[in-house]
Amino acid sequence: MPKISIEDLKKIKEQQLNKMSVRAGHHRAKITVHMGTCGIAAGARDIMTLFRDKIAEKDISDIILTNSGCAGLCAKEPMITVELEGSAPVKYVTLDKAKAERVFDEHVMGGKVVEDYALAIGSETMAT
Amino acid sequence: MCASPYYRMQLMMCAGTGCIASGSLDVKAALEKELEKRNLQDEVQIIMTGCNGFCAMGPLVVVYPDGIFYNQVKPEHAPLIVEEHVLKGRLVEKLLFKEEATKSRVPLMKDIDFFGLQRLIVLRNRGLIDAESIDEYIARDGYAGLAKCLNEMTPEQVIEEVKKSGLRGRGGGGFPTGLKWEECRRYDSFPKYTICNGDEGDPGAFMDRSVMEGDPHSVLEGMAISGYAIGAEQGYIYVRAEYPLAIQRLEKAIADARDYGLLGKNILDSGFNFDIGIAPGAGAFVCGESTALMYSIEGKRGMPRIKPPRSAEAGLWNQPTNLNNVETFANLNPIMLNGGDWFASIGTEGSKGTKVFALTGAINNVGLVEVPMGTSLKTLIFDIGGGIPKKRKFKAAQIGGPSGGCIPNGMEEVEIDYESLQGVGAMMGSGGVVVMDDMTCMVDTAKFFTNFSVDESCGKCTPCREGLKTMFDKLTDICEGRGQEGDVEFLIELGNHVNDTSHCGLGKSAANPVLSTIRYFRNEYDAHIRDKHCPALVCPDLIDFVVLEDKCKMCGACFKGCPSNAIVWEKKKVAWIDREKCTKCRTCIQNCKFAAIR
Repeated sequence: MPKISIEDLKKIKEQQLNKMSVRAGHHRAKITVHMGTCGIAAGARDIMTLFRDKIAEKDISDIILTNSGCAGLCAKEPMITVELEGSAPVKYVTLDKAKAERVFDEHVMGGKVVEDYALAIGSETMAT
Repeated sequence: MCASPYYRMQLMMCAGTGCIASGSLDVKAALEKELEKRNLQDEVQIIMTGCNGFCAMGPLVVVYPDGIFYNQVKPEHAPLIVEEHVLKGRLVEKLLFKEEATKSRVPLMKDIDFFGLQRLIVLRNRGLIDAESIDEYIARDGYAGLAKCLNEMTPEQVIEEVKKSGLRGRGGGGFPTGLKWEECRRYDSFPKYTICNGDEGDPGAFMDRSVMEGDPHSVLEGMAISGYAIGAEQGYIYVRAEYPLAIQRLEKAIADARDYGLLGKNILDSGFNFDIGIAPGAGAFVCGESTALMYSIEGKRGMPRIKPPRSAEAGLWNQPTNLNNVETFANLNPIMLNGGDWFASIGTEGSKGTKVFALTGAINNVGLVEVPMGTSLKTLIFDIGGGIPKKRKFKAAQIGGPSGGCIPNGMEEVEIDYESLQGVGAMMGSGGVVVMDDMTCMVDTAKFFTNFSVDESCGKCTPCREGLKTMFDKLTDICEGRGQEGDVEFLIELGNHVNDTSHCGLGKSAANPVLSTIRYFRNEYDAHIRDKHCPALVCPDLIDFVVLEDKCKMCGACFKGCPSNAIVWEKKKVAWIDREKCTKCRTCIQNCKFAAIR
């Protein structure tokens, strides 16, 4: 009896690629949790953990979850930015775990912007 | 919570021999401690990869997503990386790569010239996978090449595809791999063997070590493909005992492959049986020669024998044997998956694919690079290699180690392929490139490589054993001021004689360093012999160091650096050198910023 078959080889490849997806260049969606001192104080870590659990639970490989520094609007932390491939980034403000969960389900997975918590569409422009 | 945690970030920590030597394991421990302190250990994963190639800048950490490249990371930087980058998403500016020319920091690995100008086939997985994980290798199409061969192709078709690719032996000889396999397949005496030559012995070469350490499965897969093609069921990897990490990673890789049944009986249910053993060498350079290597595996003294019969007919234990280099084997998975035509579309007319080079010596970006055949030496040294340190001038590059030759300044436009290198008196060799600046004496360099060959000669044939020793003695005379008119002609005659009449590949090329330095730097030999002077200020018997009074800025840098207190200096006074105490170590020349000592 062979230990693994060609089919198994393909399965191992698929499973492992999921675990390595962070290293790939291309993603359907990108969630940025703003984690400056202000964001962390307001509970950004909990939101980060929530997203991680949700991604792991559903075994999703085409989403990238990342963090960035303070976005400058410290009064409205925790903030996140959601970017779907081909659409403008959307910033969400004053989130908590329940709100973040709704954003994840409706916007990230469903593709529909949750206008209740959205601050603005688009990103600030860079001075050059 | 679910079983397998989702890591939002992966830190790819280089664990090649170079980075381990510069402390990457300590950095890893510090990062782990810091991650745990902030309770991030389930969020962020540290992965130990094989050699990333940019050894000069180690220890290296590449952060994904994004591919941010941090160099020269020390354990004390761990809190900074974790606090700033991992937690708050801000780059740690001071650990980013600094471009020498523009003095600007380059955050992304792909934007650094050293990486951007390379084309990776052999090193396709470098820095991207965990060197000890067979699953990560499989995720990057690992063993899919073998699966394709076993499932869809006959051994003849495999050989045909390799012939079509134009792949030539990467150990230095450049013999077409497909033809070698075809010949070995023809003999129907069983058992047959396929051997991987991992006895990388050239001074300054570390290509094969990096592949064996960083991507061991790519070697195993290539060997299994060759076994299927020639009809062998047993392979051996002959690897230097000086490469303990390579041996350790290969052992783990073999064990993992056996667990999955990718080595052993009835691989992938195809009926093909193949297994691999490791044969550690004992550190003799000559054992890189094919017949000596096979004797060594058999437990005999490693000495080359007369060919024919070729190994394909009567090799290991007198059975048909195929022998390829580590890098050759690592090319096979991509060739099988993408086809021979794809491989043949890269490179030059006679040399297909890419070549891995180990850049060492007087060069900024010491490291491991892979470029398409036909890339110019100039691109290799100046664009990828970052040029010569301390604004010194490029003098020559020794390519091919003790069997190769030097390529001088002015000829750096030469394209790197098997034929054009031979045309200028060097050779591809296994891929070691030793770069030399204007502080290098070419007679001394020739002496160094000849001494290496004298040490490593097995002693079986007279031209190599006696001829090289005589050449070495003559070179020593020249360097110590006993050179005479006619010495150069003598060296040329004897050198040609050694090359023509020696028994094996080692002897046949051992005079190359002398012959090529005479060809391009005859004036330096003449200066040593006629003027009793070493123009590069290297040979101690032919130089006396003096401080040039008009150039000395009285800074005292020479005084502070001198290990033997031979420099006399006071503030606001020109330094002078006490000849009695001076050991001619050249520290003062290197320390002087004004070229005031010569």
